[in-house]
Amino acid sequence: MPVSYFLVLSALLFSIGVYGVLARQNAVLVLLSIELMLNAVNINLVAFSALLGQTGVPGQVFALFVIAVAAAEVGIGLAIVILIFRNRQSVDVEEMSLMKW
Amino acid sequence: MNLAQEFSQPEVQLGGIAPELLLVGVALIILVVDASFGRGDNRWYLAGLSALGLAGAAALAIMTWGDNELQLSNMIAADGLAAFSKVSLAAFGLLTVLLGRDYLARDKIEESEFYALVLFAVAGMMLMTAAADLIVMFLALETFSVSLYVLVAFRRASLASHESAMKYFLLGAFSSAFFLLGIALTYGAIGSTNLYGGADPVAEPGIANFITGTPTDDLSLLIVATGFLVIGLGFKIAAVPFHMWTPDAYQGAPSPITGFMAAGTKFAAFAALLRLFDASLFPLRSEWRPLLIVLAVATMIAGSVLAIVQEDLKRLLAYSSIAHAGFVLTGVIAANDRGVSGALFYLATYGVAVLGAFAVISLVAGRDEERVLLADHRGLFYEHPLLTTALTLFLLSLAGVPVTSGFVGKLVVFGAAVEAGYTWVVVVGVLTSAIAAFFYLKVMATMFLQERDPDAPALPVGRLASGVVAVAAVATIGFGLAWSPLINAAESATIFFQSPQEQSAPIPPGG
Amino acid sequence: MILGDYLPILFLIILSTLFAGGSIYASSKVAPKRSTRAKRLPYECGIVPEKESERERFPVKFYLVAMLFIIFDIETVFMYPWAVAFDELQLFGLVEMVAFIVILLAAYAYVWKRGGLEWVE
Repeated sequence: MPVSYFLVLSALLFSIGVYGVLARQNAVLVLLSIELMLNAVNINLVAFSALLGQTGVPGQVFALFVIAVAAAEVGIGLAIVILIFRNRQSVDVEEMSLMKW
Repeated sequence: MNLAQEFSQPEVQLGGIAPELLLVGVALIILVVDASFGRGDNRWYLAGLSALGLAGAAALAIMTWGDNELQLSNMIAADGLAAFSKVSLAAFGLLTVLLGRDYLARDKIEESEFYALVLFAVAGMMLMTAAADLIVMFLALETFSVSLYVLVAFRRASLASHESAMKYFLLGAFSSAFFLLGIALTYGAIGSTNLYGGADPVAEPGIANFITGTPTDDLSLLIVATGFLVIGLGFKIAAVPFHMWTPDAYQGAPSPITGFMAAGTKFAAFAALLRLFDASLFPLRSEWRPLLIVLAVATMIAGSVLAIVQEDLKRLLAYSSIAHAGFVLTGVIAANDRGVSGALFYLATYGVAVLGAFAVISLVAGRDEERVLLADHRGLFYEHPLLTTALTLFLLSLAGVPVTSGFVGKLVVFGAAVEAGYTWVVVVGVLTSAIAAFFYLKVMATMFLQERDPDAPALPVGRLASGVVAVAAVATIGFGLAWSPLINAAESATIFFQSPQEQSAPIPPGG
Repeated sequence: MILGDYLPILFLIILSTLFAGGSIYASSKVAPKRSTRAKRLPYECGIVPEKESERERFPVKFYLVAMLFIIFDIETVFMYPWAVAFDELQLFGLVEMVAFIVILLAAYAYVWKRGGLEWVE
């Protein structure tokens, strides 16, 4: 299977993630969309790594780093979501308007 | 199952990352020791240990002064840029920790996590400035970003603090994803994520020796990747149109952290930007310059104009910090030695001034930061003449008035841009500085010319916080009068790894 | 087919059986036993739900435990490349991995001492 298939898949997933971040109002779903973007990049990295063949090991290792960083981000993100939910019983990003301009 | 490559044991040189290692070690000790044995209310040793760690990190960074090499399999650059940046960042961290001590004690939220997270953030920022590989740069970026997300939410009783953490986190993670995509595309374009590459361009490719070593190659994918890297770093330096998080995050965060973000995040991201564009991607400057010029002009104009209508002082300084990102960008665009050293000088002096300004704001704001509006500063001079004078000095420096360090910084970066032939960008810079002077003057007029609100509560002024204000004030005026030591240090920082073909002759010092 | 090739698998089975059995035995000896009314109920199945309204879902404790699990779980991802390249990395890899584990242990000690692992508050 040509590598370009994976690159197209990755680009599609990344775009869906960007759309999700911009269109969703629930903070958890925005977080999910960001994770989608990160995983799209992972597909990209692994595909390029396969393309490079034997010298492509760094791409795979980088993908592992991205997975770990994504987990740390989810941990922080959910903690902030809980903090907000405890105080106002909602995680709608549109309602977060204490500060404007 | 075999990697089918001959594996050579990497040479372990820890000199380049010794400051980061020390800071992470101290932070872990603070966390574990305080969780195990921490008792009582007055835990002064937390701040003391953090301050010692930061001072030690600065000393370790100074010891690498004059080094110019790549370490740890070309992952870490131990060079002037890294050394200068690390000393500055350690200084920012030190001011933040001392300021934070008084702030946390006043609001009764003193926790070991605050100090540990500041140390982690400083370590991440330092690593960012020393990163010679995009993987390291990404990890460093995430290290300080994740620490800052938590620090922004540190005011436990404040809804605004939580809300700004949420916004900062979502937009920050969003921008990291773009930065990451840029790295992945770079990897696809050149087969490596290294900024420089090794001696042999085929065996050890990197951005710099890919561009100079293989001129016939198609560079379009690398240019697209560069665009994504600009988005990612543009978020961190708060360049328009990636600035949306800045006012909200700055307003909701605890004031010491706001100052730390303005000083440290900007410094780290700009150091990475300088290394990436003015060294690795230097041969491609005709491609990225238009992009950065658009960003710089938009940033200077939007930051200065939007700041005028602000009623909240923290928000006002947030927009001012956006405008300053535009000013520093002119130094990056110049892409000559004076531009680089000017940008570093600018960032170091701006960081000290903005930390000082937020120190005064956190003192005036009082318990739970209830008094941060411009109206709360009416007639402040008649109650706290010294604090007001210091804040005035910081604002004058931010405005770029002579005799302050901000003036020297602006002069050098604008001079560098003129030298590189971008006079019209400098004209925009000077005009927007004039607009910016207006709202700084508005704050000063409020403090000096208006009547003090008789209901305003008395201000308890902590000793450490006032010490921070004093140090920042002395530095601001000192570097405004005697700038040459810091300029010379910044100039030695420009001797960092450049692509071999494009080594430009050093420009004689001057202000 | 050489039976010797399967010797590591045999060792793995023996070790894992010993570990599992040892853990069960140790916890039966060491763990505190407190019999409560809920535990003696015929259909005992964990904690009796106190209230079940529309708005209140899971206690936040679940999130805390889940997040700690995810983070520590994901960290093991770095052991896979190490395991694959163990022979080539030799002492260097071992030292690196020990440094990594020590940092994780510090985080674990922190979570433990701060009460992050305690279910009842």
